[in-house]
Amino acid sequence: MTEVHVGRGFSPPTPVGGGLKPRPTLDERRYVAGETTTLARELRDIARSAHLLRNLVHRDITIRYKRSVLGFFWTMLHPLLLALILMMVFSSVFRFAVPRYELYVLAALLPWNFFSQTTVGSMASLAWNGALMKRVRVPKSIFTLSTVVAGVANLLLAYIPLLLIMLFRGAPIRPALAFLPVSLLLLALFTYGVSLTLSALAVYFVDVREMYNVALTALLYFTPVIYPIEVVPERFRQLFALNPLLYFIEIVRAPVHDGVLPSAHALTVATACALVAVVIGWTVFRRLSRGFYPYL
Amino acid sequence: MNRVELHGVSVRYPSQRIPTLKEWVVRARAARPDAVDALRDITLSVEAGEAFGIIGSNGAGKSTLLRVIGGIIPPSRGEVVTRGALAPVIELGTGFDGELSGRENVFFNGSLLGRSRAFMKRCEEEIVDFSGLAPHIDAPLRTYSTGMIARLAFAIATTIDAEIVLLDEVLAVGDAAFREKCSERIRAFHSNGATIVFVSHDLDSVRDLCSRAAWLEKGELRAIGPAEEVIAAYAPGS
Repeated sequence: MTEVHVGRGFSPPTPVGGGLKPRPTLDERRYVAGETTTLARELRDIARSAHLLRNLVHRDITIRYKRSVLGFFWTMLHPLLLALILMMVFSSVFRFAVPRYELYVLAALLPWNFFSQTTVGSMASLAWNGALMKRVRVPKSIFTLSTVVAGVANLLLAYIPLLLIMLFRGAPIRPALAFLPVSLLLLALFTYGVSLTLSALAVYFVDVREMYNVALTALLYFTPVIYPIEVVPERFRQLFALNPLLYFIEIVRAPVHDGVLPSAHALTVATACALVAVVIGWTVFRRLSRGFYPYL
Repeated sequence: MNRVELHGVSVRYPSQRIPTLKEWVVRARAARPDAVDALRDITLSVEAGEAFGIIGSNGAGKSTLLRVIGGIIPPSRGEVVTRGALAPVIELGTGFDGELSGRENVFFNGSLLGRSRAFMKRCEEEIVDFSGLAPHIDAPLRTYSTGMIARLAFAIATTIDAEIVLLDEVLAVGDAAFREKCSERIRAFHSNGATIVFVSHDLDSVRDLCSRAAWLEKGELRAIGPAEEVIAAYAPGS
């Protein structure tokens, strides 16, 4: 399906309501069988729907908070409670040679939660908004984008208590912390790419969600979130190195827990993974979104 | 100028769903499921300033046709062209959120139709006014009746200076007074060069409002022309 917007020197009719400014250009759209939308067109459509995006993100965030009694503060409280549990239990049970273990875990767990909640949420978001897509023409990937944007907002809020814990535990706050936004941006891009792929597949197949949930649990065990990669025996390391999340965990954790810049290797791999994920995600979404209609 | 043009448009749906990814992998494109034609080779055009009616029995493809024009369903064959800002009112509850108030829904709906907040701010008063819902406008939408939602939807679609309005059975739920108000507005609307494509089972309002009409049967165009004649062919003696 293709869509062409051509501005012509057409003077539109006076609106019925009166007093409203007439739209200056004629909005021509053309849908041809067998054509898929292009990235440029989708991006422009999303830009034109900025107001919708804002509304969707706002709805995503408020719905999340409306559901719990503590509301907004839960996002902040959650990491604090988690830190407390980690400090009490895991520092004494699992004796990894890691200083400030709870900080070590949180610095990776918060981004992990962002990744898992957003990818799962994006599938639900596309399904929930099916009724909308059946009635109004909207750029379909806007729902995936809004889930990611809302997730990022949530993640940023969760970093506030993390900073408090750093201060409380006397963790040095080093200039490397300023690198964190770059790491988070890469993680968000990667998450967006994965979400695009999964959400498009989930429209067609009902079992994608459950299969992904199982995969996600397994993935958590294979990602050094609660344990340092050093505890993994040398001979398995190569296998672990195939997991893209390993690199994202490293680049988000290094500036927070270690106060250093992430290694060039991790940064390079993470950047490449983020770009590849977005390219694959968009390609899959573009191909599949054409046929969404009967399945919505 | 033609506001809407359809050139040999067909829409084809897969008739059977492969429900799971596992099954899809196992079957590995063994047999492609049969397809059903919801629309077959439709060619028509609607001019600026025209009100165009679409009639036909249930399942004839009327709503599919509106969705194809609205860019919601891509054509499987052929080409669709629309010229002008679109406002689809297809099924009630279109992009409304029950938890938000009527007023907030005006803005949410506007955003779905690609209008900015500032633009909707300027339209807000007129929408509320026309809908006649001023006393209820700040109550959550879930407390509204179907008729009230229809009023709001119609008011929004016809106030945001759209040039092509797609109406699907919306007038059916309003009361007599509101329908009269809507009819008046529709007439004013197309006299201004905007176009209305109107799906209805109510032949009287099609006759009353539309200059031309099309009769769809099983996804095919059975007749197209002056509303009076098409209605006579569809329902002789009505």
